[in-house]
Amino acid sequence: MLSEQLVDLSRLQFAVTAMYHFLFVPLTIGMTWILVIMESVYVMTGKTIYKDMTCFWGKLFGINFALGVTTGITMEFQFGTNWAYYSHYVGDIFGAPLAIEGLMAFFLESTFIGLFFFGWDRLSRRQHLLVTILMAVGTNLSALWILIANGWMQNPVGAEFSYVTMRMEMVDFWAVLFNPDAQAKFVHTVSAGYVTGAMFVLSISAFYLLRGRDVEFAKKSFRIAAAFGFASICSVIVLGDESGYTVGEAQQTKLAAMEAMWETEPAPAGFNLIAIPNEKEMKNDFAIEIPWVMGIIGTRSLDKQIPGIKEIREKNRERILSGMEAVVALEALRKNPADAAMKAEFEEHKADLGFGLLLKKYLVDVRQVTPEILEKAVADTIPRVAPLFWSFRLMVAFGFLMLGLFGAALVYSLKGNFADKPWLLRSALWMLPVPWLSCELGWFVAEYGRQPWTIYGVLPTHMSVSTLSVNSLYGSLAGFIGFYTILLIVEMYLMVKFAKLGPGSLGTGRYDNEYAHA
Amino acid sequence: MLDYPSLKIIWWLLVGVLLIGFAIMDGHDMGVGTLLPFVGRDDVERRIVINTVGPHWDGNQVWFITGGGAIFAAWPLVYATAFSGFYWAMLAVLWALFFRPVGFDYRSKIDNPTWRNTWDWGLFIGGAVPPLIFGVAFGNLFLGVPFQFADNLMSTYTGTFWALLNPFALLCGVVSTAMITFHGAIYLMHRTDGAVYARSRTAMMLFGGLLLLSFSVAGLWLWQGIDGYTITSAVTPESLPNPLDKTVVRQAGAWLANYERYPATMALPAIAYAGILIAMLLAAQGTTLAAFVASSFAILGIIGTAGASLFPFIMPSSSDPRASLTVWDSVSSQLTLNIMLWATVIFMPIIIAYTSWAYKVMAGKVTAAYIRENEHAAY
Repeated sequence: MLSEQLVDLSRLQFAVTAMYHFLFVPLTIGMTWILVIMESVYVMTGKTIYKDMTCFWGKLFGINFALGVTTGITMEFQFGTNWAYYSHYVGDIFGAPLAIEGLMAFFLESTFIGLFFFGWDRLSRRQHLLVTILMAVGTNLSALWILIANGWMQNPVGAEFSYVTMRMEMVDFWAVLFNPDAQAKFVHTVSAGYVTGAMFVLSISAFYLLRGRDVEFAKKSFRIAAAFGFASICSVIVLGDESGYTVGEAQQTKLAAMEAMWETEPAPAGFNLIAIPNEKEMKNDFAIEIPWVMGIIGTRSLDKQIPGIKEIREKNRERILSGMEAVVALEALRKNPADAAMKAEFEEHKADLGFGLLLKKYLVDVRQVTPEILEKAVADTIPRVAPLFWSFRLMVAFGFLMLGLFGAALVYSLKGNFADKPWLLRSALWMLPVPWLSCELGWFVAEYGRQPWTIYGVLPTHMSVSTLSVNSLYGSLAGFIGFYTILLIVEMYLMVKFAKLGPGSLGTGRYDNEYAHA
Repeated sequence: MLDYPSLKIIWWLLVGVLLIGFAIMDGHDMGVGTLLPFVGRDDVERRIVINTVGPHWDGNQVWFITGGGAIFAAWPLVYATAFSGFYWAMLAVLWALFFRPVGFDYRSKIDNPTWRNTWDWGLFIGGAVPPLIFGVAFGNLFLGVPFQFADNLMSTYTGTFWALLNPFALLCGVVSTAMITFHGAIYLMHRTDGAVYARSRTAMMLFGGLLLLSFSVAGLWLWQGIDGYTITSAVTPESLPNPLDKTVVRQAGAWLANYERYPATMALPAIAYAGILIAMLLAAQGTTLAAFVASSFAILGIIGTAGASLFPFIMPSSSDPRASLTVWDSVSSQLTLNIMLWATVIFMPIIIAYTSWAYKVMAGKVTAAYIRENEHAAY
């Protein structure tokens, strides 16, 4: 059996490297479109300042992009290095969107990013704009395919288990492609990226305005960021609500846990604005509830019920017992594929195979299940409530905070007097980290909320790992933390340095604070 | 939909195409990185070297990422077994690759000799380590890798990292490093002039010679000194993949059996030799673009030779030979192979088209004048 320590360390390493990777991804996604907007204005008006804006924000974008690429390769390696059984078990489905991402999107993004930086003097204005647009399209398509892969982990449609090959196999590619979870996640995630890009430009522009330098440059940047950011944050909130809805259909468990809904309430269920969840007694010690709201968000109706945690646990208990039969039949079939009785037995319980595999955390032979072990496995099917409950609420609160900021920034941009509102500029500056925090919280809810599964209902996390030694994991985890810490320091140093230098770093002679060593 | 046996063969060829594409495209970047500290003696020269690949390395690296993704999608068991089995080797490749994006983008952003020199050596590591390790890994495939499967196909690697560093595998590492550095040197000749050109020419001769020598020795060693693997049960290409459903034995000379069985495969080592020699000759004369094409053929010949010798094996198991992974039993489902084939057929020509356009836009020698004019924009 796989040691729990190995599983925990593998999870920790994946979590650390994935969350670190996502420090850089949303800014890349958002900045590509902001660069497209700035350069389009340049091509349309012919005003050099817009070209300078594209180049300067592009420079900061490049500093960020380098680490996005660096840490992205880790993610592709890691399924193979640390999640070998996962890779075997679902590679038939999961590998395809990753490979197509490379072919369709990442090649496009990475090839044109080279021309974006180096092609200014060799391309016509329109050609260069086309390059920038293709880079943005590539970046966004890349996110699409990754989220199709991730969406399948949340809602594994279009695939079936084969006992001959001992893995999940694709049966309907279109179902995987148009998985509602994937589509909702895609629009929510890229919009969050757009917000991140907008906040980045808004904050740094506000910094220049507060210092009274590069005023024209900063004002133009601020206005673009305010408009783009406002549209994006509206889209994040509306589409986030949409992902709440699909979660309700495919992953009731995650929804119940992040809402701390222990009981199945009569429809439409209320929304716990604030609660103190008590995992032991399966109740909330304290809660402020807004009636009806949860039922409407989760089911888009007034009469459909949302199952509570206790009800889900009871269902899962049945599924684990049925899944146990599937595991027993499968193991017999692996030894003798011709056994017709076992085949019939397996087909009958196949849908619950994943639930049966939950017992493998405790038993080599699942037939030896005791009431205590069954109880543990049932408890495992619900992720811990409090971290999800609070992460989700914090993310939403940050979302509305940013809605307020971008709303104000847009209103005063339209009035044209935002530069005379120090409170607005200061808020924009201080809120710089907020989109990153929201993104990380969002991913935490999505992935921690999927536990105990890597593929929801199909493959438990504890079975997904590679059979490595615990020492290997300690070693690699230490290596990643060491590399990533140094890289973060270097990246932040350069980012702060160039953000402070401002457009003067382009060496055009048109701005304050011209790059000293020019 | 194509039949399963054809798809299995096509995907073996396509993975080969992707690996060869990776070695040709990302390979010349890595060769340039390996040569960087040696052919560039001052900051301007080093910036010249870096900027020959500056606009392209990122796109080229996607050959590697796509190759990895394609192996994941088409050969999930190979991806799972090789990446987890070669754990420390893979991490070494990964960590070496860390130096490239940041090295390229950050190096010239700060005007400090220590800073720049550090990143130059980082780019050296990012260029030299991956080809070396891939060569060593390939070498170990010929020797067999100690892994086995449980009943549920969970793989376990029973060797150590140090066991991978045996003499034959290290020789394969030399072949791979020489091949990539040779190729990179020719690319550098094509894109530079003056002192950098002259030093690249020397490196080209040096690594071309080393490649001829090491490739020949590795071939002789494989012929005389290494037992191959062969499937002894009936091969059923149309059956559903199950790597435990066969018997395999080790046999002297088995790695050369394909050349007898399919004499056309002899063309591959012939292309390798011809490619190396013609590339050296053309490069020595200064016909650098044609030399680059020739060295690309040399890469095709060398990787093709390795693949054809192993066929149908991908990753033989030394500790449980029947668990060896082959083109017949490590593949994805017929549907997935088919979808991936279409995706490749559609997108590969488009990728080649816009990559070519990008090279055309940036064509020409990178000179000291270019670096001076683009002080703030160039790498």
